[in-house]
Amino acid sequence: MKIAVLVKQVPGSESSLPINESNDWIDESSITYVMNPPDNFALEEALIIKEKMGSGEIVVVSMGPSRVQKVIREGLAKGADRGIHIQEDENTETDPLTISERFTEALKSENFDLILTGLQSDDTGMGQTGVLIGEMLGFSTATLVIETDLKQDKIRVKRELESGWFQWVELPLPASISIQSGLNTPRYPSLKGIMSAKKKEIKTFSTSNLARGAKIQAIDKIFIPTASKQTEVIDGELDHVVGRIIDIMKSEVKVI
Amino acid sequence: MNILVVIEHSQGSIHRLSKEAIVGAQNLGDTVTALVIGDGSEETISFLKGCDIERVLTVDHELVESYNADGYSEIVRQVIETISPEIVIAGHTYQTRDFMPRVSAKLRIPFIPDVVSVNNNSYIKQVLNAKLNAEISSLADQFILSFQSAAFSEEGLKLGSCDSEVYKPSLDLSVVRSTSEEPFQEEAGDVDLESAELLVSVGRGIEKEENISMAFDLAKVIGAEVSASRPVVDSGWIESFRQVGSSGSNVAPKLYFSLGISGAIQHVVGMKGAKSILAINKDPDAPIFEIADYAVIGDVLEIVPRLIEALDKS
Repeated sequence: MKIAVLVKQVPGSESSLPINESNDWIDESSITYVMNPPDNFALEEALIIKEKMGSGEIVVVSMGPSRVQKVIREGLAKGADRGIHIQEDENTETDPLTISERFTEALKSENFDLILTGLQSDDTGMGQTGVLIGEMLGFSTATLVIETDLKQDKIRVKRELESGWFQWVELPLPASISIQSGLNTPRYPSLKGIMSAKKKEIKTFSTSNLARGAKIQAIDKIFIPTASKQTEVIDGELDHVVGRIIDIMKSEVKVI
Repeated sequence: MNILVVIEHSQGSIHRLSKEAIVGAQNLGDTVTALVIGDGSEETISFLKGCDIERVLTVDHELVESYNADGYSEIVRQVIETISPEIVIAGHTYQTRDFMPRVSAKLRIPFIPDVVSVNNNSYIKQVLNAKLNAEISSLADQFILSFQSAAFSEEGLKLGSCDSEVYKPSLDLSVVRSTSEEPFQEEAGDVDLESAELLVSVGRGIEKEENISMAFDLAKVIGAEVSASRPVVDSGWIESFRQVGSSGSNVAPKLYFSLGISGAIQHVVGMKGAKSILAINKDPDAPIFEIADYAVIGDVLEIVPRLIEALDKS
């Protein structure tokens, strides 16, 4: 069983997000980056599948400038076997289709049985890459998966539907599955894992060697959303804040 | 402008976001075709025939009696090739997210998802955990959009009448490779969030599992029910039936007391019906403050214990 886990490096939830000079993305020089949290669940699911099967290979794949090697190493430290880095220095944030075409190009000769992705990225949140790559490679696909059950040449997955409904779907392999967050508890890397990760291979693809379809979607502008409501801001001394909250509940909203 | 709206229905009725998608299509174009796939859609089709649109296309095929991504994406591809719409529109539902990217890949046309509003030829979506908005546009002549809840209001639906036609796709087992079992519901807790008058809701800002008890203590003092945002449920700190948002409950209390919730759109769609929203968050840029009536910029872990203490005294 050969499993690819696609991970993205995104700004951490505590990072400042200054808008760049051309107003079409954030200024990446002052961002603290982390592994996209939903991808962490996909990686953990791959590690669990491999442990259950007792054999297999997990390959962590990421696209972006050199900095993304950090999240690949993190995956290797947690137990993945090797990494693929698709070098991409340009800002490609806007276009899931051309991003997926480059992934497809780099992955097709690997003949993976399974591709796992997080349900969406915390930065652009397009939520499509895993499905797009699946379609491009001719794999079957499923999204928002909260349980996996791997058989010989097929996989049964439990999909989350809306409003508390679920559904089991059976897909032939190879398949590309996007994982819903929260289905497992991602592990921390062990010291031994961190040490051995240094020796594991990361293969780099330069995108100049990959087919490059024309970009078909663009971010024109990034801006801070404006408030849609009249909001009363309550700040200052703790006693004042607490007093005002009680006052609101008693005399304005009248719930106590 | 020629527009195709892909309709979703379950248990006989049309999805709320599909109704809003029709309103969006009526606003963006003049020739609107609605596509309904699958079994048990009579009620949905008769609803659509009462809308001010051009026509309804229906697809009934044994391979798409129940939803599957293989069949749906192939049918939508064939319909797009047949009627050549400039824009394809759907509600931003879990089902759309499951199959629509495959239509995008099959036809190499962009899919701009999760659109909250439209500004001429740009489509606005939230990015970076809802802290910023992005205006996105298509560089291709044909593209797909999915509208998030309340991008358009159902009240704006223009009524009229139109006919329905049967569309016959070409579909076989080489295309439909997956098999779906019947959807089912899991046992819910005995908590009815949707009719609660007062909710104390916890988010990531609660920081640790042991701090969750603070929310229950506050709820007890003021007679509220406790709910949560997705990250808290995902961490396993609270039961999933307490989740508010697109994958949980839609709530409408008199007061929504939000503790350390950042306010991503997936959460907000489930609670913006609250009559009043009081949000505590230490991040002044948290998107929850855009919809809050009362914004308390401060640390939940400091404020809530003092609030409980003060309420106990009074």
